[in-house]
Amino acid sequence: MRVALFVTCLVDLFRPSVGFASIKLLEAAGCEVVVPEGQTCCGQPGYNSGDRASAQAVARRVLQDFAAYEYVVAPSGSCAGMIKTHYPELFKDDPAALEQALWLAKRTYELTDFLVNVAKAKAVSASFKGSVTYHDSCSGLRELGVQSQPRALLQAAGVPVKEMANAATCCGFGGTFAVKLGDISSAMAEKKCAGALATGADAIAGGDLGCLLSIEGRLRRRGDDKTKVIHVAELLAGPE
Amino acid sequence: MARMSGVRADAVAKVPNFEEIRTAGAAIRDRVLSNLDAYLFQFEQAAQARGVIVHWAETGTDVNRIVRDIAQQNGVKKIIKSKSMLGEESSLNHYLQEAGLDVRETDLGEYILQISGETPSHIIAPAIHKSKEDVGELFERVHQMPRKHTIPEMCREARMMLRPHFLSADMGISGANFLIAETGSVVIVTNEGNGRMTTTMPRIHVAITGIEKVIPTLEDLSVLLRLLTRSATGQATSNYISMLTGVRGPNDSDGPEQMHVVIVDNHRTELLASDMREALRCIRCGACMNHCPVYEVIGGHTYGWVYPGPIGSVLTPSYVGLEKAGELPNASTLCGACAVVCPVKIPLPDLMRKLREKSFERKLRPASERLSMRLWGYVAARPKLYALATKLGARMLQWMGGEDKLIHKLPGGLKEWTNGRDMPAPSGKTFRELYAEKKAVGK
Repeated sequence: MRVALFVTCLVDLFRPSVGFASIKLLEAAGCEVVVPEGQTCCGQPGYNSGDRASAQAVARRVLQDFAAYEYVVAPSGSCAGMIKTHYPELFKDDPAALEQALWLAKRTYELTDFLVNVAKAKAVSASFKGSVTYHDSCSGLRELGVQSQPRALLQAAGVPVKEMANAATCCGFGGTFAVKLGDISSAMAEKKCAGALATGADAIAGGDLGCLLSIEGRLRRRGDDKTKVIHVAELLAGPE
Repeated sequence: MARMSGVRADAVAKVPNFEEIRTAGAAIRDRVLSNLDAYLFQFEQAAQARGVIVHWAETGTDVNRIVRDIAQQNGVKKIIKSKSMLGEESSLNHYLQEAGLDVRETDLGEYILQISGETPSHIIAPAIHKSKEDVGELFERVHQMPRKHTIPEMCREARMMLRPHFLSADMGISGANFLIAETGSVVIVTNEGNGRMTTTMPRIHVAITGIEKVIPTLEDLSVLLRLLTRSATGQATSNYISMLTGVRGPNDSDGPEQMHVVIVDNHRTELLASDMREALRCIRCGACMNHCPVYEVIGGHTYGWVYPGPIGSVLTPSYVGLEKAGELPNASTLCGACAVVCPVKIPLPDLMRKLREKSFERKLRPASERLSMRLWGYVAARPKLYALATKLGARMLQWMGGEDKLIHKLPGGLKEWTNGRDMPAPSGKTFRELYAEKKAVGK
């Protein structure tokens, strides 16, 4: 299987290790991984801020750059959700682009969803020693139905998951929401942290770097420098 | 709110085909909205045939004037009210009191707010922001009675205070959850029984409701009721469902001598004609706010007008104007929890996004924000430029992170991030750079 990795803008800028971990996991599952060079961002910041024209300009590049691959995989439910569920809406008035968008949507997957349901990854292991609590990020959960997939992988790797009561509640990140209404965003992150810490897990894991940056940022601000905050891909692929 | 969402989940789980009922409910509401004029006309005819006087109000001001005129023409002195969100839209209580009328709220939550001089913070649980202790203290002060400490005692005391008003009122005002076109009935769904007393004990009943509340048949009502009570309070059915059909007949033992229905537009036709019509499907259950993590943090009053939560973020800009609605369309992470529970499948996040597009187009967002979005769009559509910008950005952010690799204060348009949290700093090189280095070594 030839897979194009959609790195995502946050992974590119803030945590490249998530990108390398994703490549490792996909290759271990028998995929040939390509990283299309021209990629930047899925366009979501513009789309959710009401700047439709900018969002379209950025998304058009994605349509082009990822046209030639059998599958497109992103280590993010949010970016995969943008491509899969929102690109068709974004290009609804442009028949040619819409056709490309629908075709791309069909082939695009969130990483854990792809590993479990398409690549049927079998042998998964984790170097991480300890328990985790899993944060379901909103777009992955509600747009793509990603919930059991990361847990199945963690279970297969022998990582115990301690569920928090508010696993499916938004962490407050919300893209540009986090800088437009920062106080509300932080208060929501605090609730997420409280729920996660109540489980006593050694780490908070998730599938979207945006959420993880917000959660980790809140944890550190409240003085917790012990609890690890880690992307599920890093957790499963272990250190480089 | 966790309790409200929990009871809904339990109630919904007991109905195996709840998703099908949601689909049916949405279809009923869409059918109504596509034929609104016809169903409203049918309702008017059927209600008039039962002796009901139907009034049409274009604005909130019209609502107030119509209700005041009914009161004054009939020598009314005391009015009792059960919940009406339309009354909140037009500040009806205030207006009627100014006109010299004695107006008493009888819904327990609304009564609490009236005696404390506050407005509702939730559409079905208006005083949800107040604790038991708040209410105990309020009752002690206002009622001049010994302090009560349990909820049943407080309820008993409120009933005791309200009873004389029920018995002496000349007019009752209610809202309406639904209008039934085929029978001309006004349907109200309540739990406290005050609604039934308000609409049947005084000699005049006035129901006030929006044009979108009409539904075709009683069959349709059965579908929507199954959705409404479960979505609102997790009840299979509410304690009272009143079907108020016409005035007291010659052989009836109770009911009002006069019944008026005030049907209100107040910007609803504008919404109907827009690309956001789905918002008018709303049956006012409150599930969207009960499941909203933003509402949970900020509470209902922060939304600034009658309707809080996600539906408020959509209705308020539509009814009072986008330019007066401040941050409302942006007051959401678009997490989608509301859309999943909405009994009539209103795509609330999509509607909020449409409002964001409208405010961007109409230049209602700050110039700095519009400029940075445009700049982002320009750079992100040019890979080479983007690679350079992120290369510099990664180094800058690494430097800002310092030794503990945490940024404690972000500048400019990003500064709100660090109001309540840090920003974990990156390690200095982008994925793009590292991947290129790795490939070069591999070759």
